[in-house]
Amino acid sequence: MVEAGRSPNIEILTNTDLLSLKGKPGNFKADIVQRPRYINADDCTACGLCTEYCPRHQVDDYNEGLNLTRPIHIDYPQAVPATYYIDPRSCLHLTHETCQICVPVCQSKAIDFSQTPEEKTLEVGAVIMSPGFGRISEETLAKYSFGKHPDVVTSIEFERLLNPSGPFTGEVRCLSDNRHPHKIAFIQCVGSRDIGCDNGYCSSVCCMYAIKEAMVAKEHDPEADITVYYMDIRTQGKDFDAAQKRAEDKGIKFVRAKVADVMPWGNHLRLTYSTLDGKHSFEPYDMVVLSVGLESPPDAQKLADMAGFKLNKYNFCDTDTFTPLATSKEGVYVAGAFNGPMDIPESVTQSSGAAGIASGLIKKQRGKGIVHKSYPDEKDIGDDVRIGVFVCHCGINIGSVVDVPDVSTYAGDMEGVVYYTESLYSCSQDAQEVLKDKIKEHDLNRVVIAACSPRTHEPLFQETLKDAGLNRSLFEMVNIRDQCSWVHANEPDAATDKSKDLVRMAVAKARHIQPLPEQTVPVNKTALVLGGGIAGMTAASDMADQGFNCYLLEKQDSLGGNYKKLAHTKKLIEQVKKNKLITAYTNAELQQTSGFVGNFSSIITTGKGARAKEITLDHGVIIIATGASEHRPEAVLGNSIKYSKNIVTQSELAEQLEGKGKKRAPDSIVMVQCAGSRGDDLNYCSKTCCNTAVQNALKVKEINPDSQIVVLYRDIRTYGYAEDLYQDARQKGVLFIPYEMDNKPTISAKGKKLTVSFFDPILQDDITTNPQMVALSVGMVPEETDTLSKLLKVPVTADSFFLEAHVKLRPVELPVDGVYVCGLAHSPKPINEIIVQAQAASAKAAMPLVKGYVTVDPIVSNIDKETCIGCRLCTSLCPYQAIQMVKDENNRPKAETIVASCKACGICASHCPTFAISMGGFTNEQLTSQIEAFGKEITEKEKETA
Amino acid sequence: MAKAKKSREGTVMVLGGGIAGVQAALDLTDLGYYVYLVEKSPAIGGVMAQLDKTFPTNDCSL
Repeated sequence: MVEAGRSPNIEILTNTDLLSLKGKPGNFKADIVQRPRYINADDCTACGLCTEYCPRHQVDDYNEGLNLTRPIHIDYPQAVPATYYIDPRSCLHLTHETCQICVPVCQSKAIDFSQTPEEKTLEVGAVIMSPGFGRISEETLAKYSFGKHPDVVTSIEFERLLNPSGPFTGEVRCLSDNRHPHKIAFIQCVGSRDIGCDNGYCSSVCCMYAIKEAMVAKEHDPEADITVYYMDIRTQGKDFDAAQKRAEDKGIKFVRAKVADVMPWGNHLRLTYSTLDGKHSFEPYDMVVLSVGLESPPDAQKLADMAGFKLNKYNFCDTDTFTPLATSKEGVYVAGAFNGPMDIPESVTQSSGAAGIASGLIKKQRGKGIVHKSYPDEKDIGDDVRIGVFVCHCGINIGSVVDVPDVSTYAGDMEGVVYYTESLYSCSQDAQEVLKDKIKEHDLNRVVIAACSPRTHEPLFQETLKDAGLNRSLFEMVNIRDQCSWVHANEPDAATDKSKDLVRMAVAKARHIQPLPEQTVPVNKTALVLGGGIAGMTAASDMADQGFNCYLLEKQDSLGGNYKKLAHTKKLIEQVKKNKLITAYTNAELQQTSGFVGNFSSIITTGKGARAKEITLDHGVIIIATGASEHRPEAVLGNSIKYSKNIVTQSELAEQLEGKGKKRAPDSIVMVQCAGSRGDDLNYCSKTCCNTAVQNALKVKEINPDSQIVVLYRDIRTYGYAEDLYQDARQKGVLFIPYEMDNKPTISAKGKKLTVSFFDPILQDDITTNPQMVALSVGMVPEETDTLSKLLKVPVTADSFFLEAHVKLRPVELPVDGVYVCGLAHSPKPINEIIVQAQAASAKAAMPLVKGYVTVDPIVSNIDKETCIGCRLCTSLCPYQAIQMVKDENNRPKAETIVASCKACGICASHCPTFAISMGGFTNEQLTSQIEAFGKEITEKEKETA
Repeated sequence: MAKAKKSREGTVMVLGGGIAGVQAALDLTDLGYYVYLVEKSPAIGGVMAQLDKTFPTNDCSL
């Protein structure tokens, strides 16, 4: 967010509504109106004085109305833009023309009641719709006494209760009498999978957030008794099942039941529920959390009318499986929850994908509108050490445990420190301005920030340093949140002492830090795509659409992958073959890759037998789309399986149903879900098997309406709109019967006779049946990810899928720069999600190619040629092949770092027998002084006087 | 904050400043385009800015 606020190429127009959108792809005209904030953004310093003086109260929407704020306020300190605003609905001046107390209070004279709505026309080449989602109506929630009893809260309200910036500063309290709730119930599927409120779809996110909220509540109060009432637990995403398991291990209870109602009961709530066996029970609770679903945004219809695209029957944007990010209006794309309920990683992936195809559409305009950010020249830092220390409260994250003022004053006594201060949120936009001002004012030439993890905000602070004319290496960050206030939450004194130690060490190191030069390396504007299935072909043609050359490698003898037979795939194969920018190699395999982002070189083999050959390809980026294949377990739920005509996998059944055989739809089928998945053989959920089973069941019913179909399942995971198909199947008489892992179904075959026995929880009895067919819903296994993982030095998960750089925010990037992943190699997923991911991967992969060069992190190894004895120990140890041997002028072998490949791990430096290698930003001198400072009881100033 | 650039070409409008819109805007700038990020409320961030931690890793969401 702050990054968006800082970008010179993003103009943030808040308080702004779209009025109309006209024109055609490449040339749209958007009329917008910006409503007044009544505060000048350029003048407001976000000091907060106005809020203190404002006499009127209003409910705080940001906190879901759980507490009060003033009409003049900011939602939260890190808000972007960090400018206060006046809510015209409650401001006394704007409603009754009185008051205006805030005007003289504001020191920077930022308040301006004369502002009026401003209309503008934007000329744009493409549009991305990302209006998000709406709220489930209160009418739907009223069934559970929401609105009648204050302790029935929505999950978003509960989210705010858990949040340190929330109404009780992170303490969970009952809204009725402020007591800490001991027994908490979560009710799933509120406003989802509910035709009563016309939301037949599954909102796809609620199971996950309920588990998260339950876990966080349990962290707050380990004694809390938490129960989640659910129909199906839909944790189908990558590694999501594992999180649910962790929740169970922590003592959170999961009960499969329908909740009938929630009624006030003394100062408690009485929750009535019915379980599958038909029993009704009730249970008292202190608090009930409604896991509300995602509704279409309230202005969906208006947007659709204005822009001229279609909505689906649930008022979300209508898109096609094979063009999942395109609205029905050309040049207008959609991303995020407006494209159907989805979680954060999926939204982020869609956004990247939509950005990529928009970029492809108007590639001729690329670069014409952008502004290049310029930084002031780096100033000479001289010999005088002038350190500034900034200690962050992180709201209450640090400040409630560590004595921040004490740490800050402590730092002020240290040698070289010329300025010290504390800040509430040092990552906020206004704090960056303060940082810049202080650097100038006190002529600081080194900055130490004691706050959170450098992983999140170091780049931000370094950017601010650059803005202030300092080299970004003149920065040292101390993590007093994770390492002090979090881990020592119960020992505030010790946490404060430790913070002081860490700050003292950082200052000691900072005295020795030097500016490091930034280096850039040009890139080769070609992509290498591994895998010629839907994912790989989509990625390759998107790269080509964006104007980049692409090598496409397929290990089989033809393109197409798992979905060769789909019409879409056939069309895609034709497109790829015709595209002049794509060179496809079949029977091809990657043998070796060296180099780094922008400059990779790979050796591949292609062709068969006598025509086999080895080719070297140079390219700038790599997209992995190597896919997965069907898992064929030899045993399912403890039953050994011999695949035959009658015991088949769902994909085999699907194929049979596509055929013309008269008896292709058997009279009776038992489908077994999670065959070999979710801990049976594979650990994970393959995400697509429930959908496939339901689709096959419907297809069978269509051909043979009398066919008796029983689906044995653990959780039916027809998330999103697939829930409609599940409903349809149930209405058509397909029986869905859950099984438990401690009472698994048995499957046996004697000749042609099949026998399946299972426990029916509704009849409370064991059932035995002799179906004509058993269809196993088997999962997917990734293909050869282990080999590729070693070749490209990218990590895989315990389940052998590629592990992305950040599961939420960087879902298609791998930790090695310039390497991206999409499709089934990332995790099992349906076709529309594969395509989105491929589009996202190609957008991300295009970024370094668009830029034309890569910037090398200055923290790299430095080899002093004088001291190097050419022993080659470092070259043999470097895990990134980033050190090469060269000859010096006397023809002696010397080691040399390939800076663009170096990941700054420091292995070379720590092993060099002659100490010839130092790491930029981590020299021996810097580290030694840091360690020495740790042992020093007395402050530097005392030492000086001594 | 960025100042308006009156170029007719090479710009994209992103409507909605939640996590999806912000990500799309950032990616578009990296792909060489100028972006108008249009948000109806007074700040960007959307619902994600209301979340403290995120599933399944319980990372900070801001």
